[in-house]
Amino acid sequence: MNILVCISQVPDTATKIVVGADGKSINPQGVKFILNPYDEFAIEEGLRLREAHGGTVTTLTVGGDSAKEILRTALAMGSDNAVLVKDDVRADSFVVASSIADAARELSPDVIIFGRQSIDFDSFQIPSMVAEMLDLPNVSMVSKLSIDGSNVSCERDIEGGKEIVSVSLPCVLSAQKGLNDPRYPKLPDIMKAKQKPITERAAVAAAPQVEVLGMVLPSQNRLGVVVGDSDADLQEIVRRLHEEAKMI
Amino acid sequence: MNAILIVLEPQGTSIKRTSLEAITAARGIAGGAPMHGVIINGTSEQINAAGAYGLANVLNVSLASFANGTVAAAIATAATTVGADVVLFGANATGKDIAPRVAVRLGAGLLADCVGLSNDGGRLIATRPVYAGKATVQVTSTTPSGVVTLRPNVFTAKQDQTVSVSVQDLSSVANPPARTSVVNDIIKNDGVMDVAEADMVVSGGRGMKGPEHFNLVEDLAKALGAAVGASRAVVDAGWRPHREQVGQTGKTVSPNLYVACGISGAVQHLAGMSSSKYIVAINKDKDAPIFKIADYGIVGDVFEVLPRLTAMVANVTGR
Ligand SMILES: Cc1cc2nc3c(=O)[nH]c(=O)nc-3n(C[C@H](O)[C@H](O)[C@H](O)COP(=O)(O)OP(=O)(O)OC[C@H]3O[C@@H](n4cnc5c(N)ncnc54)[C@H](O)[C@@H]3O)c2cc1C
Ligand SMILES: Nc1ncnc2c1ncn2[C@@H]1O[C@H](COP(=O)(O)O)[C@@H](O)[C@H]1O
Repeated sequence: MNILVCISQVPDTATKIVVGADGKSINPQGVKFILNPYDEFAIEEGLRLREAHGGTVTTLTVGGDSAKEILRTALAMGSDNAVLVKDDVRADSFVVASSIADAARELSPDVIIFGRQSIDFDSFQIPSMVAEMLDLPNVSMVSKLSIDGSNVSCERDIEGGKEIVSVSLPCVLSAQKGLNDPRYPKLPDIMKAKQKPITERAAVAAAPQVEVLGMVLPSQNRLGVVVGDSDADLQEIVRRLHEEAKMI
Repeated sequence: MNAILIVLEPQGTSIKRTSLEAITAARGIAGGAPMHGVIINGTSEQINAAGAYGLANVLNVSLASFANGTVAAAIATAATTVGADVVLFGANATGKDIAPRVAVRLGAGLLADCVGLSNDGGRLIATRPVYAGKATVQVTSTTPSGVVTLRPNVFTAKQDQTVSVSVQDLSSVANPPARTSVVNDIIKNDGVMDVAEADMVVSGGRGMKGPEHFNLVEDLAKALGAAVGASRAVVDAGWRPHREQVGQTGKTVSPNLYVACGISGAVQHLAGMSSSKYIVAINKDKDAPIFKIADYGIVGDVFEVLPRLTAMVANVTGR
């Protein structure tokens, strides 16, 4: 099985966000960048499919040179190949999806696995976009997966329950938390991964479709009423919820 | 703006609240542009439900398959049919899955998970949270048309003058080739309200000390008519199912009221609930970060506070 896993590099959620000089993006200084947490599930699932069905796992990211770091993590976890599609700007999801689709046409994988969403812009759109561009079926938010021959059976989380969806290979999947428990790379594998080659390819020239006009840090205009735990305090909160917030 | 197409998701004999919210949001930006709905295999009851929200025209597409690729193709066809340059979805599991496909088909920019929408002299401008809610961006599409998904519960669904709905069948146009994705079954979580769709949520964290104490959280939820949520700490500990998890690796919720019980307010938790309208926090540590975003904070022990608070709330709601 030819497995393609797409991963992205994102700021660690615990990092403080500061708006950059352009007023449209973050100031990357001092920001710690990590492998998108959902993409760990995608890598792990790719490795498990290889263990069960044979084949190779290729991990791909669209990004700048610094994104090699997450490719090294994927290699250390056990990925066979790593591809960096060089794009320092990553203008929008459409541009990134176009580059992924372009690479996929050449690699012709049986299955492309994504994370559910990247935690920077939380766009939740690249997997479905790539599926549409490649005219493939897709299942998003997969929390359980089994592949038998070319039959793919998935459980997918929806509001208030789960959907059982089947598609056939080739297909696009996106991983939800709970799909698996990602392995931790071992130290010797981390060392070996440093020596492994990373294939670079050029991004496609696609025009972005979304423009960021401005970025601000939201002001939390909260009422900030803090009380103790006496009966009178609680009664006051209930009164405010009833009369002020009209919530009950 | 030429025309707006609103994707209507059926639910029972009506349509989902997220769709009603999208109709309301559309009214806010239409500025005279015609509004159309599109529904897949809609019944007359479902279609008429949109009339109470002021939507007078609905395209009804009959499809043999609900495959996401097929549905996306049908919605794109509907958009072209009515000349829509704005397509609105609710940002729920279905909307998030299908909207990107529609955007690619229409060559339209996708503005995802928006919490604000405005019409700036014909240009659509959306506001959306990014970086786990730590920043907000204003975005616009640079293409002639735009596809938008709206975060559930943010745009309040408001009824309008009821109009009678005229229905146009799209059966002859649609039924594009299916991309062989088949929904075999849907397993419903029995009788529980989903946190992502609920109007009010009461969540418990590690401060609840164990799964056996979550009845305190459930009781308050019941008195309010709210859904039960949880922090990751308690989901990871196996006290609560993952479907209840609120936060970055769980669900994003924007209820009118969010009550956090024994939750510290880690940034990853805030990522999932900071766009709630009113936030109540109960925590025994007065310095817990959750108080920074609370409208009403109660410094106290959940075991002392919850039973009394529940009784007082039940007194008002009669539940
Ligand atoms: C990549 C990543 C993703 C994550 N995703 C999520 C996510 O989706 N959702 C999420 O919630 N977390 C997430 N987390 C975890 C998050 O960082 C926190 O660890 C978690 O939210 C803590 O849960 P908690 O508030 O229940 O527990 P704690 O942080 O342990 O807080 C317990 C609180 O209860 C209070 N307390 C204790 N006893 C009582 C009492 N008797 N009465 C009143 N108060 C009491 C304490 O003062 C404390 O503030 C994520 C972390 C990472 C790294
Ligand atoms: N720059 C990128 N390169 C490769 N894959 C990406 C990139 N950005 C996002 N992805 C993949 O697409 C998924 C969804 O991202 P998004 O649509 O941005 O929320 C992520 O979990 C990754 O698997």
